[in-house]
Amino acid sequence: MSDWLETHLPKAVLAPSFIAIMLFVYGFIGWTAWVSFTRSKLLPRYELKGTVQYEKLFASPRWDTAMDNLFVFGTLFIVIAMLLGLLLAIFLDQKVRSEGVIRTIYLYPMALSMIVTGTAWKWILNPGLGLENMVRGWGFETFTFDWLVNPDFAIYTVVLAGVWQSSGFVMALFLAGLRSVDEEIIKAAQVDGIPTWRIYSAIIIPSMAPIFLSAFIVLAHLAIKSFDLVIALTGGGPGYSTDLPATYMYAMAFSRGDIGQAASSAMIMMMVVFAIVVPYLYSELRAKHD
Amino acid sequence: MIDLSMSRPAETHPRGIAWGRLALRFSLYLFLGLFALYYLMPLFVMVTTSLKSLEEIRTGSLISLPREVTFEAWRTAWSGACTGIQCEGLKPYFWNSILIAVPGVAISTLLGALNGYVIAQWRFRGSNLIFSLMLFGCFIPFQVVLLPMARVLGEMGLAGSISGLIFVHVIYGLGFTTLFFRNYYVTIPNELVKAAKVDGAGFVRIFWSIFLPLSLPIIVVTVIWQFTQIWNDFLFGVSFSQAGTQPVTVALNNIVNSTTGVKEYNVDMAAAIIAALPTLLVYVVAGKYFIRGLTAGSVKG
Repeated sequence: MSDWLETHLPKAVLAPSFIAIMLFVYGFIGWTAWVSFTRSKLLPRYELKGTVQYEKLFASPRWDTAMDNLFVFGTLFIVIAMLLGLLLAIFLDQKVRSEGVIRTIYLYPMALSMIVTGTAWKWILNPGLGLENMVRGWGFETFTFDWLVNPDFAIYTVVLAGVWQSSGFVMALFLAGLRSVDEEIIKAAQVDGIPTWRIYSAIIIPSMAPIFLSAFIVLAHLAIKSFDLVIALTGGGPGYSTDLPATYMYAMAFSRGDIGQAASSAMIMMMVVFAIVVPYLYSELRAKHD
Repeated sequence: MIDLSMSRPAETHPRGIAWGRLALRFSLYLFLGLFALYYLMPLFVMVTTSLKSLEEIRTGSLISLPREVTFEAWRTAWSGACTGIQCEGLKPYFWNSILIAVPGVAISTLLGALNGYVIAQWRFRGSNLIFSLMLFGCFIPFQVVLLPMARVLGEMGLAGSISGLIFVHVIYGLGFTTLFFRNYYVTIPNELVKAAKVDGAGFVRIFWSIFLPLSLPIIVVTVIWQFTQIWNDFLFGVSFSQAGTQPVTVALNNIVNSTTGVKEYNVDMAAAIIAALPTLLVYVVAGKYFIRGLTAGSVKG
């Protein structure tokens, strides 16, 4: 009896978590997928009606804006955060005095809630009293910086705040990568008189390819899930000019009472995430087995 | 590590190199300093704004220091600011967040430790598949589970309750906590378990007397990670709470975006700092572990 218990105990310990994950992750994805093919409105209905929700979604100008915004925001956010992170990491890797303090300062925004970040930047970018007012106070009377309330530019304020929050983290990733590059190779290159910028561009940066990939995955994932930042900074506005898929989904689910639209938009979000993450996970898991 | 100043032998032209090096170092520190200012500026603005009176905010400049320091805004933010119709400040919501975070962190960390222990040291057929499935669950956008979760919480009688939010955070934190512990325990040689088994120790005993005492660093990393995640969460908080059970992030957003009355920017900033303080404190005290969690959470496997 106790032997039987002993051999099955590991399974019994893992079982509740396994069941929970199967139910609340995979089962729920299944539910959402199913409902996205129905005519559910305020209440879920379960008769399959084909792709009506997706057709409606792709015909909706608001969803169009949300996807465009995701593309603009995602691209700029990822590219700027990576470039800035890499630059800061390289500069911080020059045997800088008080590196620890500087690193702490660069990274602290990552500890903050996106709601706090959004609140802070909303105040800084406030057209009446924030940066604009400050620069005008310096004597530049005609200076305007009204991105926050300008539908054509509001999405860039989300980029600004997002980069501020995440670039320090990318810096930390790259710094760890720089520290793991084989010093012998660098010394050999220096002895050969290869200029520093060539050492970086031809030896160090190419050897950090896996870190670029990780940073990309994390940032892309953050971009697609971005919800709090938009809510706190712009509320999706002006109008719905800064809507992202995440805010669209939330609006459909909880304020418009359109479960079908919420489910289909959530499915698209998941597919975008998977298109990025699955090849990465697959290669990671394969590399383990080889 | 590469040192720019080492890139060429210094003997060749000593004077020129010395000046060039100095200029290079100077611009390096200038660059790093400017970026330090960029990262600190919002925090600085938040603190100074929270200490000013509304009158001073309207007439002064964004980055000027307060002429007259007042803690009035802090008092209002803590116990008087309006979130919708209630005007009790952040205090009750701050407690809600603690009531959610403490059990949420404890339960998900404990379960993660047990799961990680099984997956790393007591493999059975299918345990790796289970791990992959859990790992995969870390990546889903939570929007895809919001609707069914709202219904299930309702059926469980947990809709809009603190317990419901704890439950949600435990479930969707499991993937990460399991990952952390699995990756830590996998580095402990399996011979240790085999030897302990020969000595007659069982599953529970080995965990309790061998693995748990070794686990302090990874427990710290996991607790910090989960605490930051749960404290800073907004999506679950706003979706599954009701008036009275909202976490502090939701209350903060309600204070800032409430449309009634005069906009009190100083109160907004004080409230934002209050909401940020616990995770900032954790970061300052245990930054090393915080960073380790972040990198472990991103560079998986």
